[in-house]
Amino acid sequence: MINEQTEAPLLETRGLTKIFGSLRACDEIDLSIAPGEIHALLGENGAGKSTLVKMLFGVLDPSAGGILWKGDPVTIGSPGEARATGIGMVFQHFSLFEALTVAENIALALDGNVPIDRISEEARRLSLEYGLPLDPSAHVADLSVGERQRIEIVRSLLQNPELIILDEPTSVLTPQEADKLFETLAKLKAEGRSVLYISHRLEEVQRICDRATVLRHGKVTGACDPRQETPSSLARMMVGGEVAEISGAGLGEPGETLIEVRNLSAPSRSPFAVALRDIDLSVKAGEIVAIAGVAGNGQSELFDVLSGEEKVGDADAIRIRGKSAGRMGITERRLLGCGFVPEERHGHAAVTEMPLTANLVLSRHTSDSATFLSGGPLGLINTGAVAKAAKRICEAMDVRKSGEDPAAGSLSGGNLQKFIVGRELDRQPVVLVVNQPTWGVDAGAASRIRQALIDLAKSGSAVVVISQDLDEVFEIASRIAVINEGRLSSPEPASTMTRERIGLLMGGFHDGTGQAHAEAVHAH
Amino acid sequence: MRIELKKRENMSALFSVLSPFIALGLTLIAGVILFVSLGKDPVSALYSFFIEPLTEVWSLHELAIKAAPLILIAVGLSVCYRSNNWNIGAEGQFIIGAMAGSVLPVVFHGWESPLMLPLMLICAMIGGAAYAAIPAFLKARLNTNEILTSLMLVYVAQLLLDWTVRGPWRNPEGFNFPETRNFADNAILPRIIETGKTHWGFGFALIAALVLWFIMRRTLKGFEISVLGQSARAGRFAGFSDKKMVYFAFLISGALAGLAGISEVSGAIGQLRPVISPGYGFTAIIVAFLGRLNPLGIVAAGLILALTYLGGEAAQISIGITDKVTRLFQGLLLFFVLGCDTLIHYRIRLVFGSAQKGSAT
Repeated sequence: MINEQTEAPLLETRGLTKIFGSLRACDEIDLSIAPGEIHALLGENGAGKSTLVKMLFGVLDPSAGGILWKGDPVTIGSPGEARATGIGMVFQHFSLFEALTVAENIALALDGNVPIDRISEEARRLSLEYGLPLDPSAHVADLSVGERQRIEIVRSLLQNPELIILDEPTSVLTPQEADKLFETLAKLKAEGRSVLYISHRLEEVQRICDRATVLRHGKVTGACDPRQETPSSLARMMVGGEVAEISGAGLGEPGETLIEVRNLSAPSRSPFAVALRDIDLSVKAGEIVAIAGVAGNGQSELFDVLSGEEKVGDADAIRIRGKSAGRMGITERRLLGCGFVPEERHGHAAVTEMPLTANLVLSRHTSDSATFLSGGPLGLINTGAVAKAAKRICEAMDVRKSGEDPAAGSLSGGNLQKFIVGRELDRQPVVLVVNQPTWGVDAGAASRIRQALIDLAKSGSAVVVISQDLDEVFEIASRIAVINEGRLSSPEPASTMTRERIGLLMGGFHDGTGQAHAEAVHAH
Repeated sequence: MRIELKKRENMSALFSVLSPFIALGLTLIAGVILFVSLGKDPVSALYSFFIEPLTEVWSLHELAIKAAPLILIAVGLSVCYRSNNWNIGAEGQFIIGAMAGSVLPVVFHGWESPLMLPLMLICAMIGGAAYAAIPAFLKARLNTNEILTSLMLVYVAQLLLDWTVRGPWRNPEGFNFPETRNFADNAILPRIIETGKTHWGFGFALIAALVLWFIMRRTLKGFEISVLGQSARAGRFAGFSDKKMVYFAFLISGALAGLAGISEVSGAIGQLRPVISPGYGFTAIIVAFLGRLNPLGIVAAGLILALTYLGGEAAQISIGITDKVTRLFQGLLLFFVLGCDTLIHYRIRLVFGSAQKGSAT
């Protein structure tokens, strides 16, 4: 009992609740973080992790419940107050000005008037101390994603916080960059600072965290020492049930080449887009080629040229089922038997305000004109046939929805994604190109989507999956390629590919660039 | 303290139907306040403004004549606005359409042919569409803001009409009045029924409303219009071209505005004058929104706005107030319509204190 005082948690929440409309995003959350520990906050997308930390950081007001700091109740009304209390935060999506230097970006986030030279000096010192090499005078636009994250970390360290919150910090990092980050976290811990580490990656959590709190549907479903758990027991807490095992067995011998990309280059369309350079890729019937890579290395640009939303000048650069397709639009490519699933669900793959039936027509109006349209040039939409097909898709993919034909935006991310993937699968595409098939999708829906992709390949289609999720890539791919700064490595069989090798390729060490190749070999 | 608009999670279906009626009610209440402060009896003023024009057969015909251009233009604008193209220049397209349609009866005066009227209508539609093609081209090719270009072209059209009527097309037998020749009989748009003045412009308006309602509701083209209006990216994914849609929307609405122009000139005025429109092209914007961009709703809204024109004239005579009241009522109506629509989608929240949320990250 005497120890009570010293054992008081650094931060504690009691019954913390946040209600958005009818949704209880956080429902009576009890969480306690001890001084000097790395505490994991685990949960699927939409479990309420981000809402919880936004309340801790003063971005959102709690609807009910309270926060205790070192045993005393506090209200955190703004990020400024959070920083003054001793809480720092590194967001998943960086808020940096590309045109400014590192030091200037740091200065912008500081409260009060500190001369920029002092900030530079301090930032340089901190970055050395914590193994986060940074040049304060560099422009943010020239920095890699990992370096940008370091700015955010240094920025929060400047406030000398006792608790640092990191929101999905490794989602944008290569495995090697992630290792560096973990070393920094260990240093912070050794100094007695606490870290709240938000992630859905079980391996990382097991590797670096002392304790874990698991959230599901806004509620705490478990608190544990992750090292005492197995990945599957953690996953059970996160998902609330067994996740269906994916069976990749049975992908037979690949058949004829269905989609072939040769020497494809495309200039960048805007200063923030990536130029594609000399892309070669061919995918045969019955195989899944996965394209791994860190976000923002040309994935969406590659998707756009494969789908035909952006045409390329050289018609022969893309051949689909033997036909030159480079100058074809997306509709013509669909008529050749292609299906496409873009990354962004809202406003790209689907029109949020429109019902599911309308969103079915969106991608299939011409490829299925025989069933969905009538009246010849009038182009009348057969609402009956469309409704029937929408129902069939929802049943096949187990899409949970409210009402018969709700607006696409009212579905949860996972259910909408199942519908969007199902919409293409329903017509048995010969070639399917998918960008981030399970991004932000709960584990149950993700395994269903992955299984569906494998089944499609088994039935003799060619599938291209662009994904940042390495677990997913290894789970489903027959061959794996890596995209980095708009260049694609040549695909290698999944059976011989390793995570280390992917990590090197992600960092830009391509075959053929002599020294890099040597390093890649060395890494094996 | 500051005022925030917060998006509502669910918007009430009931109120989105009721909103135009609430807006009308609020306009009337504002009218009462206005008349009282002018020292007029509000009941009799509102009566002469909104009811009296409906009590006589001849003024019902006037109503249809005034509603015809409003409906025709607004139906075209609804295609534009639904596809996210902000054509504010219908007034100019109306004028250019009217001029293009008047080439035959004015320049080729005396040409006797049953083809006269159909050719006039076609010329007017081409003229209006061509004039609308300018802002469309500028938007599609140069990414120019179509609100500005289409609006500025209105003034160009007005001055062009003014110059033409005073100059090259002035009636040689017209005692130097700035007017063109009176159209010959075969260039006059016939009445729908013999006993009243309502001409075929009103018929065109109803047909256009029905056709576009059908297109919007049942066809792939209508679907394309709404998809591109809500998300250009999703539209590209669907294989629709947003550039082609810019042209489509502007050409349709320009053609309908041109048709409205020639119908007005040939059906109601009978010649070209320096001013041929009391702002139909602008009032039609209110009509389009009051009708919730639904062609059938626009028919009703067109009749209501036409009533404000008639009421304004009646109120000048019977209670002696300026005809500016017409514009005032139209402005109030637009204000309340947009206000009601905003409050359906958002709730107002007063925030006290200066805490800056979320921006300091």
